Amino acid sequence: MRAVGHIAVNVFKESVRDKVLYNLVVFAVLLIAMSYLIGELTAGQDLKIIKDLGLAAISIFGLAIAVFIGIGLVWKEVEKRSIYTLLSKPIGRAEFVLGKYCGLVLTLLINVGVMTISFYAVVAYIDWVSTPLVRASWPAPAADPAMLKAIGLIMIELMIVTAIALFFSTFSSPFLSAVFTIGLWVVGQFGQDLREFGAVVNSSTAATMARGLSYVLPDFAAFDVKAQVVHGQAVPISYVALTSAYGVAYLALLLAGAVVVFSRRDFK
Amino acid sequence: MTRPATALTDAPATPPALWVALAISLAVVMALEAQMQQRPPLGLPAGTTGNLLYVRSPEFAKRAALSFDALAADIYWIRTVQHYGRTKLQPGELKRYDLLYPLLDLTTSLDPSFDLAYRFGAVFLAEPYPAGPGRIDLAIALLEKGLRAQPRNWQMAQDIGFVHYWWRHDYTAAADWFTRAGEMPGAPNWLKPLAAVTLAQGGNRASSRMLWTQIMQNADAAWLRDQGRFRLGQLDAMDEITLLERAIEAYRVRFGARPGSWDDLIRAGVLRAAPVDPTEHMLHLDPASGRVTLAPDSPLNPLPDPDDPA
Repeated sequence: MRAVGHIAVNVFKESVRDKVLYNLVVFAVLLIAMSYLIGELTAGQDLKIIKDLGLAAISIFGLAIAVFIGIGLVWKEVEKRSIYTLLSKPIGRAEFVLGKYCGLVLTLLINVGVMTISFYAVVAYIDWVSTPLVRASWPAPAADPAMLKAIGLIMIELMIVTAIALFFSTFSSPFLSAVFTIGLWVVGQFGQDLREFGAVVNSSTAATMARGLSYVLPDFAAFDVKAQVVHGQAVPISYVALTSAYGVAYLALLLAGAVVVFSRRDFK
Repeated sequence: MTRPATALTDAPATPPALWVALAISLAVVMALEAQMQQRPPLGLPAGTTGNLLYVRSPEFAKRAALSFDALAADIYWIRTVQHYGRTKLQPGELKRYDLLYPLLDLTTSLDPSFDLAYRFGAVFLAEPYPAGPGRIDLAIALLEKGLRAQPRNWQMAQDIGFVHYWWRHDYTAAADWFTRAGEMPGAPNWLKPLAAVTLAQGGNRASSRMLWTQIMQNADAAWLRDQGRFRLGQLDAMDEITLLERAIEAYRVRFGARPGSWDDLIRAGVLRAAPVDPTEHMLHLDPASGRVTLAPDSPLNPLPDPDDPA
């Protein structure tokens, strides 16, 4: 496990060297600028738009990091031939894969954490400058702690995306890995459409296949409760718990797959 | 001659000519941009509109937005407000609000809980031409869509009643919707009396005043409260005009002729000063007809039809 930790810390240090954390500055500037501009652009609903934008930005920035760093995690080591040096040390292939994964998750965790703090600071500022009458019209408080449920689910979704990117990175080129990862993320948004495919086609075989696929493909739509928390609608803890359990199980499956594929690779 | 190792690894100094070239390029770009901003727009052939909406299907938009449907709804909402405002402020007679309903439909399909889009959208749609498209039917359709998405939202039912009341002058339908709104959970207790007043005295200024006062006091958006304040100002001006026209008629009976100006009424002791509307703009007296109107520059223009006081 110590090897996993060392590799993870190195991945994090590498992402810092690659200036990945610069996106935090972009995020902060985007939110602050929008909080000033939004009042000029729209009639009412400033807070809703800031919340929508903040949560969407956390998700988009996280996705970009998860996909574009995840796809190169293993491939880069193979391409630079540093994999030979690494595997010649007492590090198992499973430890290598898990270390890489944990390192990127650590980077994501710090990113999402800092973005969450900036986001809450901006909405708290909006709360502070708003009149009691305006506050009374909000469906939920500005700095509503319930938004953490949405952010938590975004984090788990990002962990799955990272695992998908890492899985493809173990046997494919970065370009193809990016295409497959983004493709799976997009398809994962249409779980319900796959389940209801039978209503739009006459073929029972196609409908059964689509339904079968809905069980296998990642159900990313389930992780999206952004609109609900922004509108102050209740998101039961049981929903968050079940979705999180599904997420953890799915990423365990992906990591196991990545370890299996990577263990069978011949680097001669 | 060998160069020191550091000189090989250090970044070479930028030649001054490169800086000059950079500055000149920037100056040229800015000068050309300034020229382009000066030239008149190319415009479009008569009868065509620059309004374009690439996605018109709400179902497609919802799928294409992936998990960012709420953010996409915000973007369409901002576009709605910009489209309405820009068209309203457009000079000339040809104002086309052709994208207003499709934009509102997309916004509310992407985020069915976007209350304000239904409520403001209905106000935009119902506003008569040229201040809006005057599509009362679409305003009601939009609010009914909102009510389907949120069947317990009494504000939406109240707004449907309001559209029937203010724009359709259908007081029976308005009273029916106020009653339905009043029966919904969380509805304020003034809705049922409002329904009764609407049914009994629909269309008179007292019921209009009651409706607008409630909107002004209870609206959760500053824009709606401003609308309430504006409409109450109009009702005050209409009351004032009615009183003044009665005074002018009484003057005519007493002196055998209508007053030529406000000064005549002041001299006769009917008025103490020239009357102004609630926005402090002096009212205009037509000596020939005895009619009183708002000053052309009064922000309360145009007043609702005096024969149909709602």
